[in-house]
Amino acid sequence: MQSNPVIKLADIQKVYHTGEVDVHAVRGVSLEVYPGEFVALMGASGSGKSTLMNMIGALDRPTAGKYLLDGIDVSTLDRNALADVRNEKIGFVFQGFNLLSRTSALENVEMPMLYNRNRIQSHEQKERALSALELVGLGKRTDHHPNQLSGGQQQRVAIARALVNKPSLLLADEPTGNLDSQTSIEIMGVFQKLNDQGITIVMVTHELDVARFTKRMVVLRDGKVVTDEPVQNRSAAEKELEQLRTAQQAVKLAS
Amino acid sequence: MRIFASLRIAARALRRNKMRSLLTMLGIIIGVGAVIGSVSLTTGATKQVEDQVASLGENVITVFSGNFTQGGMRGGWGSAPTLTLDDAYAISQLPHVVAVSQEVRDREQILANGLNWNTQVMGESPDYPQILNRSIASGSMFSDQDVRSLAKSAVIGKTVVDQLFPGENPLGQTLRIRNIPFQVVGVLAPKGFNLFGQDQDDIVIVPYTSHMHRITTRTFLNDILVEASSDKTILQAQNEITDLLTARHRSKEPDFTVRSQADLMERVSASSRAMGFLLAGVAAVSLIVGGIGIMNIMLVSVTERTREIGIRMAVGARGADILVQFLIEAVTLSAIGGSIGIAGGMIFSWLIASLKDWPTVTPTIWIIIAFISSTIIGIISGFYPAWKASQLDPIEALRYE
Repeated sequence: MQSNPVIKLADIQKVYHTGEVDVHAVRGVSLEVYPGEFVALMGASGSGKSTLMNMIGALDRPTAGKYLLDGIDVSTLDRNALADVRNEKIGFVFQGFNLLSRTSALENVEMPMLYNRNRIQSHEQKERALSALELVGLGKRTDHHPNQLSGGQQQRVAIARALVNKPSLLLADEPTGNLDSQTSIEIMGVFQKLNDQGITIVMVTHELDVARFTKRMVVLRDGKVVTDEPVQNRSAAEKELEQLRTAQQAVKLAS
Repeated sequence: MRIFASLRIAARALRRNKMRSLLTMLGIIIGVGAVIGSVSLTTGATKQVEDQVASLGENVITVFSGNFTQGGMRGGWGSAPTLTLDDAYAISQLPHVVAVSQEVRDREQILANGLNWNTQVMGESPDYPQILNRSIASGSMFSDQDVRSLAKSAVIGKTVVDQLFPGENPLGQTLRIRNIPFQVVGVLAPKGFNLFGQDQDDIVIVPYTSHMHRITTRTFLNDILVEASSDKTILQAQNEITDLLTARHRSKEPDFTVRSQADLMERVSASSRAMGFLLAGVAAVSLIVGGIGIMNIMLVSVTERTREIGIRMAVGARGADILVQFLIEAVTLSAIGGSIGIAGGMIFSWLIASLKDWPTVTPTIWIIIAFISSTIIGIISGFYPAWKASQLDPIEALRYE
């Protein structure tokens, strides 16, 4: 496959100086993610996956090592340049959705475009936000506020927000952590659909069930990569949902 | 980030906490309102005083004779016999002098119609109404001919009319001063009380010659009223009169006093300047108090919205974007507060004006000053909280509960 990697991590290290003890959260991770990949970053808590994710997401800088995002060396950028990288190259999806309350779905999705260095006309902002919402299957509820939406719908809004600046990378941090199992599968279906359209996704999770929807699993332990392999028996969200419905039907018939 | 988008975000944030926004603004509202209100009232009052000073006549210079001192008793201005008719004539020949009235004053018990009344009887020249900016309501002023012929003509004020000729037309009637009959030839238009609380209508005016020869037997004037040609020449005229009289009287110490309206105006504007400083002090204190209120609430708001700041930073807001957002919020608060305060102050002063019959004027410059300074207060007091927000670490902010 080989175009240039979206993510190229070379011996990334992160050390936190807390009090007298230095905490080595990430100890030398090297990883390459190519366009069109769908990677699950797994590990127990304390494995360093959140720290790694913050660095991949340009929220934090590594203590040592080199990180190229889409060819740009992110490890040396200053605060403002990091903000611009986050704005243009990365779309975030969080566990807790992190939508602005009392702000409509449409305005939430438009928000990243406010900070785009290239001015986007307001009608174009609206068009792009609407088409992003359409893409995640929320074309009809654009003027609802987050508290009027279910968890799954809120996460779809968050995904639309992540997509709206056409990032090179979609970065999801436990995106199904706050959702029930059926909604989780639906959301994974959204990710699979986006990945089929060529969007590169890196997802942090600790659930194997969720990781099985991805194409590649990277497992971290104690700040190091211990396994990195393609997913065997990959789950397809549509098939899973079909099975779930059949099972529910069976329960109904049985009762 | 666009200003318009920032304004929208700010407006939304302020609407979300209507009550809190209002209470925060209250400091600025009250401060600005108090300043605008008191400025309006004092400016109105000052203007009224200035109008009254102007109504004393235009470009008037008064020459008083010196004070008379005898055996340690000092008689007050106008008591010494130093000003003569020749002095008055000499003054009238000065280049910047357009009118002169030789004034002699006396209080007399006057009789008419079977009634009597104690009032000020003034000897004046026919220029008197012109110099003091008074008009004749009915009849006419006596003439130069009347002055030459020591005519027994009198022009009287409204108070005298009310006291001696109630419900009658006084023109052509006779009043007696020291038993000498004078005929009423004119009535002055009423003018009310002057700055010093004297009733300007309680007055009888006769030709100064008649006063000096028929009523009293004086050869000296109490004072001389002079009108200068314009407000630009009044000081020059004042100096010329001083020089002229100094030369004529050849006295070591000046035995006369020259005062002009310019002196009075100077005192009025000095007092309004002092008032202005006082108000500026009150304004500064109240704006600082209001500003502290805004800073306090903005700090609370930044803490409350730490997570929102984290989200915005995660999607690519720079520190400067966050700074501008909070700064605009603070400025919106203070500018709206300032505007409400301006409107409130104007309404307040207008209410007082209509209830108490006080004149009120709100100078445009004060409206501009009030608005600009409340905006600046917003910037100053919003800056620290906004800067604090802009320095937040996005990871920490996102984790904040």
